[in-house]
Amino acid sequence: ALIYLLKYPYLACLRPTQKMNLFQSITSALDNTLASDPTAVIFGEDVAFGGVFRCTVGLRDKYGKDRVFNTPLCEQGIVGFGIGVAVAGATAIAEIQFADYIFPAFDQIVNEAAKYRYRSGNMFDCGNLTIRAPWGCVGHGSLYHSQSPEAFFAHCPGLKVVIPRSPIQAKGLLLSCIADKNPCIFFEPKILYRAAVEQVPEDPYTIPLSQAEVLQEGSDVTLVAWGTQIHVLKEVASMAQEKLGVSCEVIDLQTILPWDIETVCKSVVKTGRLLISHEAPVTGGFASEISSTVQEECFLNLEAPISRVCGYDTPFPHIFEPFYIPDKWKCFEAIKKMINY
Amino acid sequence: VGEMLASIASVFRVTAWKNGAALIMSARTFTDFTTRATFEIKKCDLFLLDEGPATQVVLTRDEGLQYYRTMQVMRRMELKADQLYKQKMIRGFCHLYDGQEACAVGLEASINLSDHLITAYRVHGYTYTRGGTVKEIMAELTGRRGGIAKGKGGSMHMYCKTFYGGNGIIGAQVPLGAGVALACNYLGNNELCVCLYGDGAANQGQIFETYNMAALWKLPVIFVCENNRYAMGTSVERAAASTDYYKRGEFIPGLRVDGMDVLCVREATRFAADHCRSGKGPILMELQTYRYHGHSMSDPGLSYRTREEIWEVRSKSDPIAMLKDHMLSHNMASVEELKGIDVEVRKEIEDAAQFATTDPEPPLEELCNHIFYNEPPFEVRGTNLWTKLKSLS
Repeated sequence: ALIYLLKYPYLACLRPTQKMNLFQSITSALDNTLASDPTAVIFGEDVAFGGVFRCTVGLRDKYGKDRVFNTPLCEQGIVGFGIGVAVAGATAIAEIQFADYIFPAFDQIVNEAAKYRYRSGNMFDCGNLTIRAPWGCVGHGSLYHSQSPEAFFAHCPGLKVVIPRSPIQAKGLLLSCIADKNPCIFFEPKILYRAAVEQVPEDPYTIPLSQAEVLQEGSDVTLVAWGTQIHVLKEVASMAQEKLGVSCEVIDLQTILPWDIETVCKSVVKTGRLLISHEAPVTGGFASEISSTVQEECFLNLEAPISRVCGYDTPFPHIFEPFYIPDKWKCFEAIKKMINY
Repeated sequence: VGEMLASIASVFRVTAWKNGAALIMSARTFTDFTTRATFEIKKCDLFLLDEGPATQVVLTRDEGLQYYRTMQVMRRMELKADQLYKQKMIRGFCHLYDGQEACAVGLEASINLSDHLITAYRVHGYTYTRGGTVKEIMAELTGRRGGIAKGKGGSMHMYCKTFYGGNGIIGAQVPLGAGVALACNYLGNNELCVCLYGDGAANQGQIFETYNMAALWKLPVIFVCENNRYAMGTSVERAAASTDYYKRGEFIPGLRVDGMDVLCVREATRFAADHCRSGKGPILMELQTYRYHGHSMSDPGLSYRTREEIWEVRSKSDPIAMLKDHMLSHNMASVEELKGIDVEVRKEIEDAAQFATTDPEPPLEELCNHIFYNEPPFEVRGTNLWTKLKSLS
């Protein structure tokens, strides 16, 4: 119990909690924000009635239609408009309906939002902007409702990219993103919206950004992932312990950009083996960045080549989804190969 | 196949009539029916045009039966897809077209198969009118190898030789359509491109960029805004500063057409096609239509509109009912004949559904095919370091 309290300091004061799933924890975070920050506004496609994933249910009735409003169908317009709102001083929380639709806004995010502070010599910034989008595979999403575009944004200095794995993390990380004085993109794993349920504190709390969390300590292999894939790796870790007697250290990266190099490297120095897993295609996926940095920092500590268990280099398939995703068997196989290297 | 059958049947009928022989199909002889009749259709609202499409149109019996059959096939196909989706044979996203059949049929009636067409994701109807068979369409929905895109696309991604899909990202297909039109101009083949989008997409930036390019270079493109009043759940009044979508082109002439009447759509398309082919540049048509189902199968379609509204449209302006009415009131067909067509259509759809549910899924090798165009097979990196699949496209 003491370890539990130390590990989760934000629960230590035993505040009132409520059983919430992922979308409810997002609603709670947004509710806290609208209550404490009078300049906060939420906008996006269909957010007024509650959003297609119910993340903004009840907010319009509670805070008014000038604070929670719909935009027409124009992602580039939504983000551009959001940047303007943020620069002028209001807290802007933009919703892009699916991460797959974020690409018309790519120019605005990468060229305008990320570079505003830099190019104006700190005279202006759009730190008040947070963009939220449902992310990741969902079982039947096929090409345009399952993408994980974090790697595209990881290549852009000036942005922060954050992906939670569960309701408690989601609320804390979202509130941190909103408070953070940099434009943040918050990807929410859509498959977990209803599936992940936890006791989440009702009051606001923040979880620091750019800090990876070690979920399980181990001595033989380090497993790194974020979002939905963490749950797969937790299962793989227990499989490895059971069947191979291998002790795995599981790390949730949480913030993709800027990522916590220290925690991952410290872990690899201890174990000597690293496996990184994500749903996005392997070439150019974020695992390649982690892999490259770790081999630079910990070359002599590595016992086996760094393993990346990721999606295939194809568009996210329609009918082939079960074959495409990096499931627990593929990860387990990778661990076996690393152990026997 | 439906259209082929209809035309073969009409050839038989003509031969029979010439020989004065009695038809076995209907109780009354062929000579009892009127072969052509004139109808008065609604006048279109015009923008930047001095005159519009004709308001007096001629419909022949053969045309009428063909339109009826095609619309009935589309309607039954969509209802079957609804059923299969609820049985979980079709998964993913499924956007149904019932209620809007007149748009697809009317458009196709006035353009040639060699002309080009591109639309967004509500494509099952267009895939059929552009040459796909019901079997291929349904197999694509269930993701089998007999599907029109080999089972790799699904509901939103269906293609034919001059039908460019089938596009998931809203508004992205419009600049593509303009590009196709440029190619037509460049190749000098007197073809045009019909470029469709919805009332929600009309607010996307890319559409306006395309209007500019099309008007500047006088591209033979017919922009068609299928206004079914709701962009998913947002009604047009809440999304658009101007709901006169036919005027949104600003410097492009526009028409507002009753999209529930196949004759209106046909006449307007004829007018628009002539406009494009005579080198006058692009034209914009707004088809006012309605969809009975929700935005997709995950949308019940009732949280943003009332059942009464849907019922009203169904009873007053259903495209199939209107055509049936026209034909029966002008003695162009008999009730039995139309019922016969219904029965045929039902059987065709049942067979297609049977095929779609029993055809095997595409082989795993297909996962990596068609990423690039290549001659020697190349390897595609897989989920693990040692997994490499072959791409043989």
